[in-house]
Amino acid sequence: MHIHRYERWWMIFGVTMLVVFMATIFIAAFAANINPPTGSQTIDPTKVSSTPPFDHPGLHRRSDGSYEAYYVASVFMFTPSKLEVPLGANVTFYVTSSDVVHGFEIAKTDVNAMAIPGWVNRASHTFSTPGTYLLICNEYCGIGHQNMYGTIEVK
Amino acid sequence: MQAAASSKPAENRVVLAHIYTATVAVCLGAVFGVLQGFSRAGAIDAPAWFDYYRMLTAHGVLMALVFTTFFITGFSLFAVYRTIPRPGRRVAVGWIGWWTMLIGTVMAAVTILSGNATVLYTFYAPLKASPAFYLGATLLVLGTWVVAFEIFENAHYYRRGNPGQPLPLPVFMAAATFLMWIIATLGVVAEMALLIPWSFGWTPGVNVMLTRMFFWYFGHPLVYFWIMGAYIVWYTVIPTRYNGNVFSDGLARLTFLMLLILSTPVGIHHEFTEPGISSQWKLVFMVLTYGVAIPSFLTAFAIFASFETAAIKQGKRGFIATVRSLPWNDPFFSGAAYGMLLFILGGFGGMVNASYSMDTLVHNTIWIVGHFHATVGGPVALTFMGTTYWLIPRLTGRELWGRGVALWQTRLWFIGMLVMSLSMHYAGLLGAPRRTASVAYAGTAAAQSWEPSMLLAAAGGGILFISICCFAAVAIGTLFKNEKTHDTAAEFAVAAPGSERAPAAFEHLFRWGAVAIVLAVLAYSGPFAELIRSHAFLAPGMRTW
Repeated sequence: MHIHRYERWWMIFGVTMLVVFMATIFIAAFAANINPPTGSQTIDPTKVSSTPPFDHPGLHRRSDGSYEAYYVASVFMFTPSKLEVPLGANVTFYVTSSDVVHGFEIAKTDVNAMAIPGWVNRASHTFSTPGTYLLICNEYCGIGHQNMYGTIEVK
Repeated sequence: MQAAASSKPAENRVVLAHIYTATVAVCLGAVFGVLQGFSRAGAIDAPAWFDYYRMLTAHGVLMALVFTTFFITGFSLFAVYRTIPRPGRRVAVGWIGWWTMLIGTVMAAVTILSGNATVLYTFYAPLKASPAFYLGATLLVLGTWVVAFEIFENAHYYRRGNPGQPLPLPVFMAAATFLMWIIATLGVVAEMALLIPWSFGWTPGVNVMLTRMFFWYFGHPLVYFWIMGAYIVWYTVIPTRYNGNVFSDGLARLTFLMLLILSTPVGIHHEFTEPGISSQWKLVFMVLTYGVAIPSFLTAFAIFASFETAAIKQGKRGFIATVRSLPWNDPFFSGAAYGMLLFILGGFGGMVNASYSMDTLVHNTIWIVGHFHATVGGPVALTFMGTTYWLIPRLTGRELWGRGVALWQTRLWFIGMLVMSLSMHYAGLLGAPRRTASVAYAGTAAAQSWEPSMLLAAAGGGILFISICCFAAVAIGTLFKNEKTHDTAAEFAVAAPGSERAPAAFEHLFRWGAVAIVLAVLAYSGPFAELIRSHAFLAPGMRTW
């Protein structure tokens, strides 16, 4: 089948562009460890409040100086609804849901994870700017979805 | 141009039924859309009866599932009937398809409007709607399979009568589209097999991640179904508006074969921020999603090459002369062409969304809403509305009323969509969430930065609403004016005389369909096995609205 010369050039240009985009993403993933949230741990969604560590939601300091925060999403609130984080802390968030699907987005950061009933999702962020961060549910969860938010105070 | 078969009243009636249903759906969907835009921006106090999430569900279902599907089934039947003349053709199958789809649509719509299915058009479990919603959605899908059968059966009839001949291009494209669609909709049917017994209360819970994997197995090919519907028009009808040709018959067929094969194994790029799927599979699906950009690159080239070849034939050379040679005052052409322009924005936004790690910045923000309004709401909707102006005279024998109104309809839609979509993209980058009745969040600083964009998006929505009123006016005006036209022949573009024929191997559509199934199975077997192996708990259903 005959392919016009210009069309060949255009295809080479298009495919090269795709390869460059993908290479950027792969380098970011493997060299700089920039990955979206994930998690393989499962949890009984009907027993979240009695399953460790979600029976004690909130911020916990690890021995190496980093932090873990356990969050439970439920209609229409986050537990904890307020969190205080020391400036410069690297926090790994563990998020699950005790009812329907929710979103876990800390506005103006790169934390954006789905809270799925039955699974624990994980995302990390280093808080290097002080201030009040807005945590919102960004997946429709019901009639009060727009009221589902929390705050994270970094100081 | 391909010799046009004469118009047959029985065939026209069944096509019209599909096209009118699509027209009613898009008009109703737009009313809900504009109310949402204004109430979300806080620009109006929504009336007491207005339940944001119920209307959002209705808007999504009517636009994304009903309008698009009925238009594509109708237009595909039209293309098949008009390019394959068949004495004594029975159109009963087309009617069975339409009735099945319509009954499903009415069931789902009544359930949504009565407030028993406020689950949005993605119906993510464990939000649990009334069974009638899931049953209705399933019937809508099954009805499209009936239409698919009608298309395949007619293609088979053509092959028997014309051994060794390739299928007419529009039929080839429609058949490839519906083959892809059947492979893709197996996912939503599998999901319904979990959800329907559960919504009746026969099973205690569902594996939420499994339902999501099934949904997105279907959910992304769904967007290619829309796009392929628009591409059929761009490749085979639009060139007739400027006396052009299909740039290359072989590459046009290759594009559709690539779309058939590559459209399905991509869905997990909607699940990049979810647990239960490991990072390496997410990366694999990014690569696969990038692959499906290639047929769109081919299409972009083919369309502009067709414009330019036609301009050269008229002795016009250069970019500006080519653009000026096009029939911008033809509402059909202008609808499709403005749609193509919007697709540049939609296409590049899509590359961002498909990018494994970059997606985290935009996932579930209103950027995504801006993106799909610049794809399905732009190129697809504008092309379908423009095509409706072309179809109605050919189906009813009536002159189109209000060409000027129709022309301005397409222009206003383009402007409105550009304003709305760009503001949504921008607000999304600032973190504004999608699918929420309000972005007030008690007046926090982050939330305040989203409000100006929301107002601008609402203004764009207002322009779109004026546009849809023009569309409805043209449709109704044409019905009431009832002026006869003789312009009822439907011409489809073909490649320039004497050009090379496509390789014969392209014609074996079912074999290519088998390749598509193998690739989908290979791609999904890894993440699917991961989910099945994990110790998953079932989530009970819930009604949180």
